[in-house]
Amino acid sequence: MSGDAILTLANVESAYGPVKAIRGVSLSVPAGSIVTVLGANGAGKSTILRTISGIIDPQKGFISFEGQPIQGLDPGQIVRRGISHVPEGREVFPLLSVHDNLMMGAYTRSDRDAVAADLETVYGYFPILRERARQEAGQLSGGQQQMLAISRALMSRPKLMLLDEPSLGLSPRLTQEIFAIVTRINRERGTTMLLVEQNAALALEVAHYGYVLEVGRIVMEDTCERLREKEDIQEFYLGMKDAGVRGERRWKKKKTWR
Amino acid sequence: MQLTQLLVSGLSQGCIYGLIALGFVLIYKATETVNFAQGELMMLGAFAGLFGTVYLGLPFWAAFVGAVGVTALLGVLTERLVLRPILGQPAFAIVMVTLGLGYVGRGLITMIPEVGTETNALPTPFKDEVVKLGGLVIGMEHVVVIAVTVLLCALLYGVFRFTRTGIAMQAASQNQLAAWYMGIPVQRLNGLIWGISAAVAAVAGVLLAPITFVHANMGFIGLKAFPAAVVGGFGSLPGAIVGGLVIGVVESLSGFYLPEGFKDVAAYVVVLVMLVVKPNGLFGENLRKKV
Repeated sequence: MSGDAILTLANVESAYGPVKAIRGVSLSVPAGSIVTVLGANGAGKSTILRTISGIIDPQKGFISFEGQPIQGLDPGQIVRRGISHVPEGREVFPLLSVHDNLMMGAYTRSDRDAVAADLETVYGYFPILRERARQEAGQLSGGQQQMLAISRALMSRPKLMLLDEPSLGLSPRLTQEIFAIVTRINRERGTTMLLVEQNAALALEVAHYGYVLEVGRIVMEDTCERLREKEDIQEFYLGMKDAGVRGERRWKKKKTWR
Repeated sequence: MQLTQLLVSGLSQGCIYGLIALGFVLIYKATETVNFAQGELMMLGAFAGLFGTVYLGLPFWAAFVGAVGVTALLGVLTERLVLRPILGQPAFAIVMVTLGLGYVGRGLITMIPEVGTETNALPTPFKDEVVKLGGLVIGMEHVVVIAVTVLLCALLYGVFRFTRTGIAMQAASQNQLAAWYMGIPVQRLNGLIWGISAAVAAVAGVLLAPITFVHANMGFIGLKAFPAAVVGGFGSLPGAIVGGLVIGVVESLSGFYLPEGFKDVAAYVVVLVMLVVKPNGLFGENLRKKV
C-alpha cells in the first residue's frame, strides 16, 4: 500500500489548543482509489481531513502529496496542488447563486475555458443544479446542497477529494444517490477519494481500503472486504452482532485493540 | 417648493451619511467588527483633498482621485499593520483599537501647524454655482454629492455582483470557513475591503468638504452615519445608503419644521423608532447566524 500512494501521512499529530485530536496518524492513499476512515464521534476523523487541507497545521509529522511535503501550507496552495475538501455540513455560500457557488470552487483557477467545460461536466453529474443555477444556494434542500458541495469541490479539478460525512442529514435514498455519483466520479475521472463517514456499512461498500480510528489513533487497517468480515468491525460499526447466545447483550465488555 | 428644496438638501446630506455607513457595513460584513474610525478616515480623506488642491495646486478632480487613492492605501495599511496582528482577540478589543485609531488620526491632524486646528475651505470648480430646475434652486455641491454617490454605488454594485474578486468577497463574508476551503485568500480580501471602505469614506469627505469645510472634528459625522447603518439593517449595503438618505431627509425636515434642537437628535429618534418597529432594519437579513 505505498509505492503508488498519492497522499501519505506519517505520524501526524494535530490539536485544537491544548486538546490533542489526532495522535500520530499514519496512512497512505493509493492514487485512483477510495480510502475510508471509520471511527466514532470525536475520534478525529474530520481533524485528519482538516489537517490535510491546511485549515489546521499539524504539530508533528509529515504529509506528502505526490511526493511533495504539504504540511503547513496555506489552504489556497493546497487547493492549487489538487486537493479539494467537501466539508462536513456542506458549508455552501447561502446567499450566492448555485452558479456563483460553483465558480467559487474554481477560484484558484484561471483557465476560463476549462472551467466552463468543467461546469458542464458537473451539471451533467447533477442536472438539478443546472435547473437551480440562478437560485440562492441557501434555498436548496439538504441533498441538493450536498450535491452542490461536491460539485463545488470538483470545480477545482482535484486529483484528491476529501469527503467529510457526505451522508450527514440525508435520507437513505439520497445517500445512495450521492454515493453512486461519488463512485462514478472515482471511476470515470480517476479522482482519488479520502472518505470519512459515520455510515460504516456504506463506506465499506464503496471504498477499497479502510482505516479504523479510535481516540486519535489508527487501530486497524485493511481492505474493505476483509474489514467487513472482522468481528470487531461488525460489532462496533455495523451493529450486526447484537445478541448473545442467551439473548443477553454484554454492554460492558472491555474492549482493547492491543 | 420649500419642501422639495428641503428634500434635496436632505438627500445630499443623506448621501454623505450613507457613504460613511457603507464603510461601516463593508467592514462589518467582511470581518464582523465595527470600525469606529470610519468618520476619521473620512476626515483624513478630506484633508488629503485639501492638501492636493491647496498645497499641490492640483485641479479639484485630480486631487479628489488622489485623496481617494491615498486614503484607500491608508485603509489597507491599517488592516495589515494594526488589525491583522490582533486577529482572534475578542471583538471588544478590536472595537477599542478602532476607536483608538480614530483618536490618533484626529490627534495627528491637529498637530499639523496652522492647517490642523483651523477650519479650512476646500476650493472647488463648482463653488457658488447653482442648478435651476423649474422653480428649484439647488447648490451645485449638492448635485455633485448626489451624482457621485449614485455613480459610486453603481460601481460597487458592479464589483460585488459581477467580478470574481467581488463575488469571492461576498462568499468570504457569508461563510469564511468554506471560503478558506476553496482557497480564497480571505485575509487579502479583508485588506482590500478595508481599502474600499476607506476609499468610500474619502469620497464622502471630499464631497462634504465644500459644504461643511475641512476641520479635524468633521469625523464626528460618523456618529450620525452609524444610526444610518442601523436603520438600513447593519449588514446590508443598499440598506446603508437608504438608511443614510432616511436620516438625512428626516434631519433636514425636522430642522425646518420642528423647534430648534430637534435636528441634532433626529437621527437617534429615527433609530429608536426603527429598533422598536423593525429591529432588523429596513434591509436586515432574517437569516439567523449559524454557529
